Amino acid sequence: MMDGAVVTPEMLLYLLRTLLIGAGATIWLTAASLVVAVVLGFGLALMRLSDSKVLQGIARVYLEIFRNIPILTQLFVIYFGLSRYGIMLPATVAATLGFGLNGASMLSEVFRSAILSVDRGQREAGLAIGLTSRQAFRLLILPQAARTAIPPIGNYAIGLLKDTSLASAVAVPEIAMRAKMLVAETYLSTEIYMMVAVVYLALSLPLARLTALAERRFSPHRSAA
Amino acid sequence: MSEPLVRIRGLKKAYGIHLVLQGIDLDVHSGEKLCLIGPSGSGKTTLLRCVNWLEEPTGGEILIDGAPIGTVAKGGRSHRMSDVELARMRAGIGMVFQRFNLFPHLTVLENVMLGPVRVLGAGRAEAEATARGLLAKVGLSEKVAAYPDRLSGGQQQRVAIARALAMKPKLMLFDEPTSALDPELVGEVLAVMRQLANEGMTMIIVTHEMRFAETVADKVVFMADGLIVEEGPPARIFRDPQVERTRAFLSAVEHRV
Amino acid sequence: MSFAKLWSIIHEPLFWAAIASLKIALSALLIGLVLGLAIALARMNPNRHLSRAAVAYIEFLRGIPALILLFLIYFGLAAVGIRFSSLQAAIIGLGLNASAYLAEVYRAGLEAVPKGQTEAARAIGMRRGQVLRWIVLPQALAISLPPIGNVAISLIKDTSVASLIAAPDLMLRANDLSSQTFKPLEIYLVVGAIYFVICFPLSLVVRALEKRGERKT
Ligand SMILES: Nc1ncnc2c1ncn2[C@@H]1O[C@H](COP(=O)(O)OP(=O)(O)OP(=O)(O)O)[C@@H](O)[C@H]1O
Ligand SMILES: [Mg+2]
Repeated sequence: MMDGAVVTPEMLLYLLRTLLIGAGATIWLTAASLVVAVVLGFGLALMRLSDSKVLQGIARVYLEIFRNIPILTQLFVIYFGLSRYGIMLPATVAATLGFGLNGASMLSEVFRSAILSVDRGQREAGLAIGLTSRQAFRLLILPQAARTAIPPIGNYAIGLLKDTSLASAVAVPEIAMRAKMLVAETYLSTEIYMMVAVVYLALSLPLARLTALAERRFSPHRSAA
Repeated sequence: MSEPLVRIRGLKKAYGIHLVLQGIDLDVHSGEKLCLIGPSGSGKTTLLRCVNWLEEPTGGEILIDGAPIGTVAKGGRSHRMSDVELARMRAGIGMVFQRFNLFPHLTVLENVMLGPVRVLGAGRAEAEATARGLLAKVGLSEKVAAYPDRLSGGQQQRVAIARALAMKPKLMLFDEPTSALDPELVGEVLAVMRQLANEGMTMIIVTHEMRFAETVADKVVFMADGLIVEEGPPARIFRDPQVERTRAFLSAVEHRV
Repeated sequence: MSFAKLWSIIHEPLFWAAIASLKIALSALLIGLVLGLAIALARMNPNRHLSRAAVAYIEFLRGIPALILLFLIYFGLAAVGIRFSSLQAAIIGLGLNASAYLAEVYRAGLEAVPKGQTEAARAIGMRRGQVLRWIVLPQALAISLPPIGNVAISLIKDTSVASLIAAPDLMLRANDLSSQTFKPLEIYLVVGAIYFVICFPLSLVVRALEKRGERKT
């Protein structure tokens, strides 16, 4: 062992407390980014399903760009790149935006295929009782598509939770950042990063269980036939 | 004779270069029960779907109660109807699908209430009372709270009929309502339809149930290759068909059942 | 500084850095492919302990960020006397990470091969190992090809994480260049474009493979 601090129970408690504060920030960052990703992703899905070739094209280009570039590069463009030109976003805002913009490209495909997976007969049955196209979409297609989309959204959220660790590179005080600071302070790198791993597992494993549960419940979606 | 409830003139429908309906003329009077029969691919479903404009015709016109569906005359020219105008016309035409198409995320009761609440603007209490009444009528009072996937095919189809009736339609369209059902469940659906016929509902029914057509229909229409080959009262079509094509079809069906 | 001037400074170092990133990705992919297969076979083994251990391995690696894994290997192991260079740590970490995903990919592929194939092969007298080697694995691999492609694309993008333990990859070089030239926006955009030029064609290939697979079934 290096000449680091001694691992006393008090020390462990201190580490754990600091890391849990960071975990709180991680959860917030994940949740906020997820909201941005869901909203933008839904908009993109609607663009891709629209009749307008222009809107479809824009959505396609957006999607391909954001899916084929590392999220870390995207974060650096937003945080370091823009600040050079006077657009100084607070780190947390930049990270939320970065993860949200990136996530939108992932979720738009989820939403699109969920909407397309709803049986055509549903819309027709709605129109036949006098619903307008909009009503049929809102009252029939969307609720059914939402069920189908829940498991993949869950899977995406797990990936996002882990990806938020990259926000430590733009100085967002989430758990990975806190860990780096603690290591600099105490040199207890093995203990600290193991604890961080355990915290991530404690967050991601239940989320994965929940997603698997939702998968069994929703995926072969209730069908009238 | 009075103005027909449905008047179809020169109806054509093409998918690409494939002319599926080649000019259909047909009148259905109020209270009349019309059965459409014919070989697979003859265009029966397409004709039915054109009546409520789920399918947009390529040519010809359809009048419901004297008013054209799908188009409106504005300033001397005819325009395509808006989504809202079309919805309003469809609200008065019930449709029952081969594959039921119940809304799987809604309970049986909610399935039946959706139209009245969202389209007719009925209050929930009123809509629920109507829905319960209709579900009792089709014999499904105990199933009001169930989701469609808990019901048998026959039960689902009866809910679908109640859902259509909840809109108080002046016309009901049925597209082979029993052909997706196990044989032992066919009877319960036909019984509901028979009762509806006795109450004087105007019905256009695509069916392969020849015995049902014979006993319920006022008029039977035999279609082949997108054309009406022969039409008349059931006794004549089934006992004494005039056209060779009709005879061939009926004997083939006879041998099948 | 004009962009042309900037480009003349950065294009060569970025090119070589991109090659370095690809080498990291490829090495990690090889580790992942081999290790992943072993884990998948362990996971599907009738021996309870073996399959439980494989599940734990997969869940651990899939439950933590790649970054934390790299930190653990590079900083955490160093503190207990196991020292890797940042490059080695990056390759090992990304390889382990990929092996967990690939294990699940293989398993899905193996499970998708119809039981009748094994039975037919056994019926003509093949031994278990032979059945696996000559009948089941080739078919499973064909099924697994598109998802393996997806893992490979993720890996290429994930090599950027290696820069955070100062492994010599494209992002690390970009960081250097941007602090030298004070042109972070231009440089990170160029770097983004480089990743795009590598990953986009690959994603088209994967999509084509997926389409072909769908048509077969
Ligand atoms: N959406 C479509 N696109 C292209 N062709 C279609 C479409 N819908 C129907 N058709 C074709 O139109 C023809 C008539 O179909 P339709 O479904 O109306 O026949 P049908 O008389 O109802 O037959 P069935 O007894 O099998 O239900 C068929 O040749 C069919 O392949
Ligand atoms: Mg049909």
